[in-house]
Amino acid sequence: MSTVVLLACTGLGLGALYFLVASGLSLVFGLMDVLNFAHGALLSVGAYAAWWAATDGHLGFWLAVAFGTVVGTAASVLLELVLIRPLYARPRDQILATVGVGLALPALLMGIWGSDARPFPQPAALSGTVDLLGATVPVNRFVLVAAALAVLLLLRLFLARTRYGLIVRAGVEDRAMVTALGIDVRRAFTLVFAIGGAAASLGGALAGLYFGSVNPSQGTGLLVFAFVVVVMGGTGSVTGAAVASVGVGLVQQFANYAAVPGLGAAGLGDLSVVVLLAVLLLVKPRGLTGRLA
Amino acid sequence: MTAPLKRWWPLALLLALTAAPYSALPLPGLLDGPLGSPGSLQLIALCLLYGGLATGYDLLLGRTGLLSFGHALYFATGLYATDLAMLDLDLDLVPAAVFGTACSTVLALALGSVSLRVTGIGFSMVTLAFAQAGAILVQRNPGGRTGGEEGRSAPAQHLPDALVGIQNTANLYWIALAYLVLTLAVVHWTTSSPTGRVWAGIRENERRVEVLGLRPYGFKLLAFTVSGTLAGAGGVVHLLLTGGATPQAAGSDATLALLVMVVLGGSGTRWGPLLGGVLYTWAAHRLGDLANSATVADLPPVLRVPLSQPLFLLGTLFVAVVYLLPGGLAKLPARLRAGRAPAAAAPATALPEGAA
Repeated sequence: MSTVVLLACTGLGLGALYFLVASGLSLVFGLMDVLNFAHGALLSVGAYAAWWAATDGHLGFWLAVAFGTVVGTAASVLLELVLIRPLYARPRDQILATVGVGLALPALLMGIWGSDARPFPQPAALSGTVDLLGATVPVNRFVLVAAALAVLLLLRLFLARTRYGLIVRAGVEDRAMVTALGIDVRRAFTLVFAIGGAAASLGGALAGLYFGSVNPSQGTGLLVFAFVVVVMGGTGSVTGAAVASVGVGLVQQFANYAAVPGLGAAGLGDLSVVVLLAVLLLVKPRGLTGRLA
Repeated sequence: MTAPLKRWWPLALLLALTAAPYSALPLPGLLDGPLGSPGSLQLIALCLLYGGLATGYDLLLGRTGLLSFGHALYFATGLYATDLAMLDLDLDLVPAAVFGTACSTVLALALGSVSLRVTGIGFSMVTLAFAQAGAILVQRNPGGRTGGEEGRSAPAQHLPDALVGIQNTANLYWIALAYLVLTLAVVHWTTSSPTGRVWAGIRENERRVEVLGLRPYGFKLLAFTVSGTLAGAGGVVHLLLTGGATPQAAGSDATLALLVMVVLGGSGTRWGPLLGGVLYTWAAHRLGDLANSATVADLPPVLRVPLSQPLFLLGTLFVAVVYLLPGGLAKLPARLRAGRAPAAAAPATALPEGAA
């Protein structure tokens, strides 16, 4: 029982991390048709900025996380304004440009801080464990889940209650119609990119807490699973992304625990996620929420 | 350029490339040794191999309009299946190569039939997920078969004597050249066949192909399988050239490298992917040398850090090409000829609809 609880909490923590990456990815893709390959790099930027602020900058943990989020958001807005915006007439080139950034940014981080993982300073309040139903669960799992829930709530409030949220929702449905109604959808693009970058870099800073260290390829590794989540949840759907993240995180953790001998420790979890994706696509080609992929 | 030269230059180039191992022409700056030396031949052979791989990948990207992020999987399947067939099944090179290529074909057929159920960018993400699963499988070393991080080297006893040893680099070079010619021929032949016309139709407007009463699914699956088979054959050549299978071949960076090559050279053109593959491979090797050179080590950190990261330079170069050279290097002469009206070359469609 205690093992199940621990696995479930760890899976939820991982799912929360996936959600932080995938929510922005899904919104950006749903609204702009841009598959942002630099999203993982934005996560790494957030993670390294938070790490730098916490070690060299001697900031407290929460201030460091805030700093990482701000830096990641700024990088995201810069990316949209400088690279994505001039390429609106060429959607495929937008994707290719983000591929280039996704290659270059982690390489730059590697050049500056080396390819080895850097230990992320853990605040004393969050490095302990709590007893839950007989299991000893690290506190940082709950921090991630709380952050993901807060982001989900804020995103839903933003989408449902604000004028820009309305424009974003309408843009996901039919961008041409929103433009035809005389609304400048480009400002919504920048806004959505900023939101996505903020969520991803917050995820990056908290990933340092979850994994205990930061390394340049962390973001790209998480990005692949975020893609899986986006496909499963249906593009443009924040709630679908949340459900799919939880599913992917739990399946991965439980499959890892049940790893068959011979395949190594962590292989089965990653493979089972891909098998889950294949099965879902065969049964429901349009994702969980039934939107057009 | 005179008319016969225009028509026959590929043949002349092929003859020149075939004769390259007999030449001692020094190419300072481009190559370390003279043209016919084993080191130079090895590098040129790799360039030709990647030229062929990029040409095969463009069958999907430029000819059918399918943006696959999992091409490395089929390349790595050909590579590992051939190696393991020799090591564990005790096959000789030729049956092992046939087996390895067949594995790529079957895998491309199976995974293609699943991933093509989603269209547009969803397809890209699904292919990426499959390729990632393959990369993880190779890394985890199931049952000690793939050798994990270190990979496994090809067994010398199953290779013909003419392909072993540094004095036989020329033979490997000719194999890489033959692979390139084969890929170019297959791509040229298939794209000018009726099926190739349907591929071009799918690339331009899939909905209209459906309206004409054709089912794009089967045609796309065929393109995916042919392209996967070519990648598998490329894996066999890679195994011979580098003497072993390493997990880098399966990683997502390998697919992204192919994508960079195709876009750099010019997607959807006959010679563009070849040009891009050759240039990228050559640049990656020379940039690696540059990164380790003393000139770079003495620079101030602001310059040293970016220059010591080949991936940073290639990523930046890629963004620059996407930005400044739409259509890649293959379109450069036409753009230069068009002179001062580059804006007219850009597609005029503003805010196109998302693919349904």
